Amino acid sequence: MKGYKEIIASYANVPGGIIEAYHAIQKEFSYLPEEAILEAAKVFNLPVSEAYGVATFYSMFSVKPRGKNVIRICESAPCHVAGAAEVVAALERELGICMGESTQDGLFALEFTECVGQCQATPVITINGKPYLNVSPAKIPEILAEYK
Amino acid sequence: MGMVNLTIDGIKVSVPKGSTILQAAKEVGIKIPTLCYHPDQSVKANCRVCVCEVEGNRLLQAACSMPVTEGMVVKTRSPKVIEARKTILELILSNHPQECLTCARNQNCELQELAEEYSIREYAFEHKVRGLAKDTSTPSIVRDPDKCILCRRCIDACSVTQSVYALGIENRGHHAMVVPSMGKDLIDSPCVMCGQCIHACPVGAITEREQIDEFLAAVADPDKIVVTQIAPAVRLAIAEEVGMKPGEMPMDVFVAGLRQIGFDYVLHTNFTADLTIIEEGNELLKRLKEGGVLPMFTSCSPGWINFCETYYPDLLDHLSTCKSPQQMFGALVKTYWAEKMGIDPAKIYSVSIMPCTAKKYEASRPEMQDSGYRDVDLVLTTREIGRLFRMSGIDFTKLEGSSFDSWMGKYTGAAVIFGATGGVMEAALRTVYEVVTGQELKDVNFTAVRGMEGIKEAEVDLNGTVVKVAVAHGLSNARKLMDQVRAGESPYHFIEIMACPGGCIGGGGQPITKSNAQRQVRIDAIYVEDENCEIRKSHENPEVKILYDEFLHEPLGHKSHELLHTHYHPKNKKYL
Repeated sequence: MKGYKEIIASYANVPGGIIEAYHAIQKEFSYLPEEAILEAAKVFNLPVSEAYGVATFYSMFSVKPRGKNVIRICESAPCHVAGAAEVVAALERELGICMGESTQDGLFALEFTECVGQCQATPVITINGKPYLNVSPAKIPEILAEYK
Repeated sequence: MGMVNLTIDGIKVSVPKGSTILQAAKEVGIKIPTLCYHPDQSVKANCRVCVCEVEGNRLLQAACSMPVTEGMVVKTRSPKVIEARKTILELILSNHPQECLTCARNQNCELQELAEEYSIREYAFEHKVRGLAKDTSTPSIVRDPDKCILCRRCIDACSVTQSVYALGIENRGHHAMVVPSMGKDLIDSPCVMCGQCIHACPVGAITEREQIDEFLAAVADPDKIVVTQIAPAVRLAIAEEVGMKPGEMPMDVFVAGLRQIGFDYVLHTNFTADLTIIEEGNELLKRLKEGGVLPMFTSCSPGWINFCETYYPDLLDHLSTCKSPQQMFGALVKTYWAEKMGIDPAKIYSVSIMPCTAKKYEASRPEMQDSGYRDVDLVLTTREIGRLFRMSGIDFTKLEGSSFDSWMGKYTGAAVIFGATGGVMEAALRTVYEVVTGQELKDVNFTAVRGMEGIKEAEVDLNGTVVKVAVAHGLSNARKLMDQVRAGESPYHFIEIMACPGGCIGGGGQPITKSNAQRQVRIDAIYVEDENCEIRKSHENPEVKILYDEFLHEPLGHKSHELLHTHYHPKNKKYL
């Protein structure tokens, strides 16, 4: 938890800065630790109940610890039709975890997401925000290798 | 102000510009159903049950949020509207527990009423309850999140009316839930247990901790002598629990009813309200004379005490050290009264009947055992007594009255008005004026401190010393005065604060209170009762005089400090 106060403080004067601050915190810690939410409430002069509300409102934020590299699989219709279920199965098999979980080594987290706007090349996954298009189960080991 | 003309269900209506369809419909007696709408809160428009057809709009519009426009044509009861409302209700019911029969809000639930009004005869959608655990972490309030319909009225009451911010929303859309701060238990949140969220809740998702069974067990125990005290605000509102109008149940009939349900002795918190005035009035005079910490704050309202300990721990020295009337009573009933009656205090089971949920917490505070026993064993709210009355089948129109028992049952009009915002201040001024000036106060009515205005102020000339006072009710109003004190800019000497809007008559334990207008009706009834009291100044209460003569000897004396005064502790809450 080193440096979280400094990260948040650097957004103190940005309008709506709490969201920017949360992104920066997540980049560092992969999730929003309780201490960071309490600090953000203080810095942005919000009740903790509201700072927590913001932290849980956006699906991009997590208030639970999770793996460093966040893999998101689109669960919207176009990806579903194109075989997202097989991609999910392959990811779960390869990482040895279920959707919503993180690997023991803290390297990967698996999450569902809504459409990421890349429907021209389904199924789509993103890792730390970077999209991978036309994903098939066969491509999974190679994609994951980039992050190991 | 400009007026707007429109037609609702074929009826022409003219309303001020800026009105909503809901307000306009009310003008012509058309009831539009609502759930998330609350007359004293901002518009949320999230439940959609108030939808109407507006000519020229493809989609149905929410009447609570849609402003009227010139020439607008609205249909509030077309088949299309009815069908949409039914579907909305069916969707809400699809994850609402089917527990109406065992719910505390059975027959007093807005969702149940609408299900009845709209003839919901079957569950149209797959029934799936979220399966969330109840939150029983506080001694005062129980949350049952499965019953929550996400209207967010509780959040508004907690954050806007009270500025406590104990509740918020977690997640979004289908996964959204009302949760205490940081998703923790209510006890870990800044909740002050005022219970205003209970009044705001249209269903049974938030209730008091019901303790009727504990009372019945005490009545059944032959070794227990069950003694009660009734808070000033209770009588006015208890009538509403048994189908009468506020204030309509005579005090003696209420007392008789309490004897019927099993109380061995019926005494009155009003007695210690008068006593509070003597102790607190003298404390104020002492602070004024000796340069003590000013302004002094009243300390009767336990929700307010919790708020001060939570948000203003640096200002605790401003709080009067007087215990609340409930706790003064508790400490005396097992000492002075027991002695006077020749009763073994160990056998006394002291029950207080309160308009308040925070009183349950206050009675459980570890320091509240100065009598050598737990000073107050059980706190029942007005609502719980209402249930006991209904359970007993008493017909209050036929019940013969009964008077209070001796030594702690007499009271004055000054104690009666403790139940309304400004009442403690007015009662204190009636006494302080006479103590300081030595002259009789001709007009006892300090009307400047009465009424529903959020912050009221007044000045009193006490033999050349002008004392400035202020009164706040509702904690967001209290916050304004507190911030002034913290900034060193408070012009006041004495400040009365009640946690609940309207004071105790709007307390979290009162009959479900749906608007401030309902609070005003109770306030009106309280001043009628005061007017009808023969004695209207606390220091003229004959039983209080006996208490000082025989037991306490002097205000702020040794015995008083031992039994009637207390100290406060910062709450050090993390999730503020």
